[in-house]
Order: sequence, then structure tokens, then C-alpha cells
Amino acid sequence: MMSNEAVKQTPPRRFQLPLQIRVEPRLEVPRWLSPVVSLGAIIVALLIGALILAIVGGNPFQAYAHIAKAAFGSLGVLSDTLVKATPLILTGLACAVAFRMKLWNIGAEGQFYMGALGASVVVLTGIVPEEASRFVTVGAMLIAGVVFGALWGFIPGWLKARMKVNEIITTLMLNYIAISLTNYFIFGVWSEGGFQMSHTFQRSAWLPRLSDYAEQAPILRGLTTHFGLVFALVAAVIVGYVLYRSIWGYEIRLIGDNPRAAEYAGINITRNTVLVMMFSGALAGLGGMSEIGGVVHRLQAAISPGYGFTGIIIAWLAKLNPIVVVPVAVLFGGLILAGREIQPAGIPRLIQGIILFMLIASDVLLRYRIRIVRRAERV
Amino acid sequence: MDPIIILHAGVATGTVLLFATIGEIFAERAGVLNLGLEGMMLIGAMSAFAVTVQTGNGGLGLLVAMLAAGILSLLHGLVTIHFQADQVVSGLALTFLGVGLSLVLGEGLSSAGAIALLPTYTIPVLSSIPFLGPILFTEQSVMVYVGYILIPLSWFYINHTRFGLHLRAVGENPTAADAMGVNVYRLRYIYVFVGGTLAGLAGGTISLAISPGWFSELTTGGMGWIAIGLVIFAQWNPWRAAFGSYAFGALRRTILDIQGPQMILGLRNPFFFNPYYGFFLQMLPFAFTIIVLIIGSREALRKRLGAPAALGLPYIRGERGL
Repeated sequence: MMSNEAVKQTPPRRFQLPLQIRVEPRLEVPRWLSPVVSLGAIIVALLIGALILAIVGGNPFQAYAHIAKAAFGSLGVLSDTLVKATPLILTGLACAVAFRMKLWNIGAEGQFYMGALGASVVVLTGIVPEEASRFVTVGAMLIAGVVFGALWGFIPGWLKARMKVNEIITTLMLNYIAISLTNYFIFGVWSEGGFQMSHTFQRSAWLPRLSDYAEQAPILRGLTTHFGLVFALVAAVIVGYVLYRSIWGYEIRLIGDNPRAAEYAGINITRNTVLVMMFSGALAGLGGMSEIGGVVHRLQAAISPGYGFTGIIIAWLAKLNPIVVVPVAVLFGGLILAGREIQPAGIPRLIQGIILFMLIASDVLLRYRIRIVRRAERV
Repeated sequence: MDPIIILHAGVATGTVLLFATIGEIFAERAGVLNLGLEGMMLIGAMSAFAVTVQTGNGGLGLLVAMLAAGILSLLHGLVTIHFQADQVVSGLALTFLGVGLSLVLGEGLSSAGAIALLPTYTIPVLSSIPFLGPILFTEQSVMVYVGYILIPLSWFYINHTRFGLHLRAVGENPTAADAMGVNVYRLRYIYVFVGGTLAGLAGGTISLAISPGWFSELTTGGMGWIAIGLVIFAQWNPWRAAFGSYAFGALRRTILDIQGPQMILGLRNPFFFNPYYGFFLQMLPFAFTIIVLIIGSREALRKRLGAPAALGLPYIRGERGL
């Protein structure tokens, strides 16, 4: 105590700023703050990305201008952006629903592949006869994709619920396994003339595209946006309804926020763990089905440039809100579409990483208020 | 399919997993889960290879690799320790960042050509031990021997030193550690950094010794994630980590060897005559990780062992703790 007094009486003779930065906890968070902070985080992330681009010898302004133009510059590219956004909406939803229960499903990528595999099985093994109508064929593909995705979600969900096995690792490992399994079918079973792809599906297995209606409405000519977008939007509404308007959604949110309270309230955590993982996997599987039904029309290698992983960032950026997932996915769809042409090839991934980092770091601004006060105010 | 060759190569490959796993054990023992191993290992592999190509000095390459990955890990430290962000999401962000950054900076590096690799040694007396000698002490990279030393050292450090006690306290009960006068924040930063440097060392070991070169993402090929699984199997114990790492290394080598033209149990090798079955072999390390996790989790349940109690939780001074 004595020494403390002594220090107070003879303050150290070093230069002190007249202003002082104080960090104090926020008692309430204004509604406008969260989106503003997120937007600020993205801007800062893009600036850092620009800096790195400049260091490795690129022209950041040109690169960003190119991204904007190549993603949203005309009706044609906007349509392509929506094509990229479709799987992203679904993987984003898959992650959002699992993360809401604090279930870390990092396996949307593998579930996406399994969905694609499931849809292909229906078409390529002739389960649905070739002359079946489009309605029947697409319906069967849809069911198969969803079931395969859900199955791939069931495995880690069951292991987590019954065996307490960490789902982060299992979902990740199942990604690698799913990709190898699909590759086996692509190369070893359905390979078309030794190429890394199956033969093209019959027309009745193609999801309708906007350009299919170009005869009636010429403006649609060349637009590639396909019916999968409708699946994605419907899924967003369903997930939104489930999470915020249903009892099941209430249980999911309660388990996510406070598992102990949920347990005392009699909510079955074991069952919900399995069900939510299956729901999450089903959404990602639907993404895989819509990708091969709407875009590539056959099973081929590397159908996803990491949609499952980008879904994680999208879910987080949307604050796990299923409706917000849609516009965020469109933005990232643009980034992926335009980013393909940007060199070096790692740039889009790098920018995604920086955005995610900035985003979670900026959350501290929601919890704490940083005030600059005069030093004299301090008592 | 000579078991000695497989185990010899398994120990070499396992050394990579060993460094990464022990590094992660340090970070997790301090209460910080760092899922960014894959990204940090790639940064390490890339920078070690790049520096060695430029200077011809493998030791310098390893040093830069450790520093680069360590600095990257501090980013995770800052975000999770001071900003109290979710450790899972931050670790994933670190993975994206590390993978992206190493791809960007490593652009064009794969064509850099051959370099002088880290030396290999045969230990005079030990190598003549029957069975174990040819596996452990003959023609192994210097990094393998570093691994042998690291296992007992890290075990002793964690379990039998004052620093190790503080490390465990910070991960088990940070509030009590703080009351004891241990600087929780500082220790967490230090051990996140230690974890990062060891991940960088793991990456550098790949690109300079085990499978030399820079092959973008394939350089690590998911080994970072396997290491995270091994930490759980190891129950945060370096000895078990060593066992798991070497076993996985041997498994990887077996998978390569089994695709050769030999007979298995007198039958024609199906993997040689239908190479597409190789895709199932590729799944094995990942499937085994899941199996190993199940074993580890069951054992932990039975023995009532568990992760460090404060693993994944931010420590906020002055708030009610656990």
C-alpha cells in the first residue's frame, strides 16, 4: 500500500497523451450496430486483401473492378453469379442450421458431393427409366440427393450423440471420404471413354434453365440460371420457418444458447443432434443435386470449388440468419465467379479467410464500447 | 511389402504428424483449440521450401517456417484470447487464410527444381539393434531424431515442471491460475505460438525432408486435420501422440505399397489389377482417424478423462469462471 501511494504522488515523468482509450462492456447493443460493424469488417478485409495483392505484384483496384464487373456487370454475368450462388445458399443454410445448435458441421463439402452422387445413382443406374417425364426424374434425383446428404450427416451426428465423438473432425474426414467415393464412381464405374466424367444425363434429368424459355421471352436468351435457385430460395424460407416459427427450431436455438437449460427443460439433445446433422446434410446434398442437375448434367470430378467451406463463411456473415444467407451467398457467388480468372489462384480463398477473420474479430465491437476520453476525466 | 521398409517410412512420415500433434497439445493444454493446423503447416511447408531454394540453407528454411506459422498462429491468439471470438470459427478462418496465403506466395514455386535436402543419419551403435535399429536409427532424416527428443521433452515439460503446471492450470481452471498469480493471457499467447511454430516445423519437415517439394495444397493433403484428431486420441499426452503419429505414418506407407504388383496371401492383388480400388485405399487414413477418435472418446468416457476443462472457452478477467 505504501509503495502505491508513493507512485501516485510522484507520477512517472513520461509523455502522456491528453486523450485516453477506454474499453468498457456494452450494456445494450443498438440494432443498427451489427450490420454496420459487419460491413466495416468486410471493407477492412478487402483493403487488407488489396494490400497483399499489391505486395505480390498485382493491381488491386483493377482486380476488384474486374470482380465487380465480371460478377454483376450485366444481365448475363448476373445470371452466372446466381448459378454460383445457388449451391452457396444451400451450403450456407446447411452450416447455419447446424451452427445455430453449436454443432460444427464442417462437412457440407462432403454432403454436397454425396448429394451429387445420390442424384447420379438414380439417373445412371436406370432406377428411373430414361423415358420417364422430367417431373418424375428430377423428383427422384431430388429425393436421392437429399437422402444421401442426410445419410452423410447422420454418421457424424450419431457418433456425436451416442459416442461423444468430436463432430468437427468426423465431418471433415467424411469430406475426404465422400470425395474419394465419388471419384471411384466417376473413374471406375461410370467413366465415359476413360474421361473423368460420366456420360451426359438424358434431357429429362436437366433442371429447367431460364434460357429454355428464350422462345417465349427473348430477353432470357443465354441466361444460365436454373431451377435449383428456386429450390435454394424455398429451402431458405423453410429453414427460416423451422428455426424461428416452429417448436423444433426453438429447441435447436435453446440447445445452442444453453444446453444445460435445454436439458433441464426436457429437450432431447441426443435426438436433436442426429436430426439437425441430418437436416444440415440434406440441405448440402440438395446443393450437390442441384449443381449436377442444373449446371454440369453429369457426374464429374471436382464439381465443387469448396462450396461447403465457403458456406461456413456465408453462414457466419449472415449471423446464422437463413434469410440473410441468400444475399450474402449472391455476393460470394460473384466473388467465386469472377475470382476464377484472378491470378494467383489462391486469392479468392485468401480474401475469404481475411473476411472471416475480420468478421469474428469485429464482434468485439458489439460487446465492448471503445471510448476516447480526456485523461483528466479519470479519477 | 517388407514390414521394415514400411515401418521405416512410417516413422519418417509420422514425424510430421508428431510435430503438429504435439504443438496442438501445447495449445489445447493452455485452453486454446487451434483448428488452423492445416493452414499453418502449408505456410510452413511453403516458406521452408522457398527460403531453402533461395539460400540453400535448410536450417534457415525451417527457422523461417516456424516463425511464419508462429506469427500466423498469433492472429488466432489475438482473436480468441483478447477478442474472445469463437475458437472453432477463428481456427477455420486461419485455415482459409493459411491455405490461401501459401497458394498466393507459393505461386510458381513448384517448378523451382531440386534442392539440397536435410541430411539423413545412421546412429552407429543403436542401428545395430535387431528389428528396431533398421527402423528407427538407420538412414533417417535429422528431423526424425528431433522428433525422438521432442516426445520425452514435451512430456516432462508438461507433467514435471513448474512451467508445465502453470500451462495445465491455465487450461483447466484459468480463474484459479489467475488468482495464483499466473498471467493467463500471456501464457495462452505463448502456447498458441509454440503450437504454431511446431506446425510450421511439421510443414517444413514435409517440404524439406519427407516428400520434398511444393505441391500446393497436396503438400499436406489433410495431415493437419488428422493431427487434430490424433490429439483427441492421444488424450493430450505426448507419448500416445507419438504412437498414433507413427502408426498413421506406417498406414500411409502401406497404402502406397499395397498398390504394387505383388501377391497378397497368394491371391492376385485386386488393387493392382483395378487401380480404381485405390480410391478406397485413399479413404483409409481418414476412416482410421474416425475409428481412432471413437476409440479415444470411448476410453475417455470410461476413464472419466477429458479435454482440458477450459478448452475452447475464452477467459475474461473479472467474470465468473467455470
